[in-house]
Amino acid sequence: MSPLLAIAPALPLGKAGKYVAAAYIVVFVLILVYVGIMALRAQRTQRELDELRRDVEAVKAAREELEHDDDPDESDPAGRGRTERTEQIA
Amino acid sequence: MRSTTYGKGLPGLALATIVTLGAALALTFFYAPLDANQGFLQKIFYVHVPLAIVALCGFVFAAVMAIMYLRTGDRKWDMRSYVAIHMSLIFGIGGLISGSIWAKASWGHWWVWQEPTLVSYLIVLLLFCTYQPLRFSIEDPERQSLYASVFAIVAGAFVPLNFLAVRLATEYVHPRVLNLEGGNLPGPMKLTFYVALIGFVLLFVTLWKYEMAAKDARAQVRRLRRTLLGDDAGRPYGRSAAPL
Repeated sequence: MSPLLAIAPALPLGKAGKYVAAAYIVVFVLILVYVGIMALRAQRTQRELDELRRDVEAVKAAREELEHDDDPDESDPAGRGRTERTEQIA
Repeated sequence: MRSTTYGKGLPGLALATIVTLGAALALTFFYAPLDANQGFLQKIFYVHVPLAIVALCGFVFAAVMAIMYLRTGDRKWDMRSYVAIHMSLIFGIGGLISGSIWAKASWGHWWVWQEPTLVSYLIVLLLFCTYQPLRFSIEDPERQSLYASVFAIVAGAFVPLNFLAVRLATEYVHPRVLNLEGGNLPGPMKLTFYVALIGFVLLFVTLWKYEMAAKDARAQVRRLRRTLLGDDAGRPYGRSAAPL
């Protein structure tokens, strides 16, 4: 048996307990930090998804408005308003 | 758009992980007997060894995923390999720190450079630490995936070779308690160890699926944005080490 292993006696509980607690706490904290980082990233994805949903709603509303304007409008025979809105969407 | 598959079964898996790890903790502190030589200190064994085993197996798993990427060219395999290496590094660091604490309490040193098991484990860990910088140094996503896969395969093949080399070493202080014949652990210790090992395997799989689901969701949001708002909208900010 190696000399290093030979000088590894059973520590009293008070002394060994600190090391055992430290080992378990380190692993627990490591996993906790990882899960925390992943939760933050999930929140960011959720924010991006909300932003995307708002963008889609805006595009949909603009398209609906454009379709609505496709009907012949007596007050704007040249269709100037429609052209301006089309440019805005584009 | 395809639906995400990585989130399927995740709550059940997470529950199984919590139950198994809880059982492992209960067995460790209330069932497994105290070691004759090390006493209470030996309880670190039930967290240190499973972490190290799962980390090393994770590196090999990543190599298998990388082989699948090279065979199929499908980016999902590259993503799986990337996440497996990421998870294995976290588990590996956990194993390294817990082992170092055990060494300090048991041998009086945080690290013993003459010990082949410790040094070889550190070499494997440092080797895989270069995986992320390698990816980050390559801008083209196709080349990034290709080179990273080749690296993952070579480094993954190094893991079992390294393990064999260390097993053949004659000069070591690190104890050998496990072998193909079942090792020299008494029954209650063996049961506790296997429950802890299953718990950490489940934890690895759960976190791997969790990260895969998160990355898949993010990629889908990016694709949607690109489809709806143009090519520039879905582009990531700056260069990324993660598969896109």
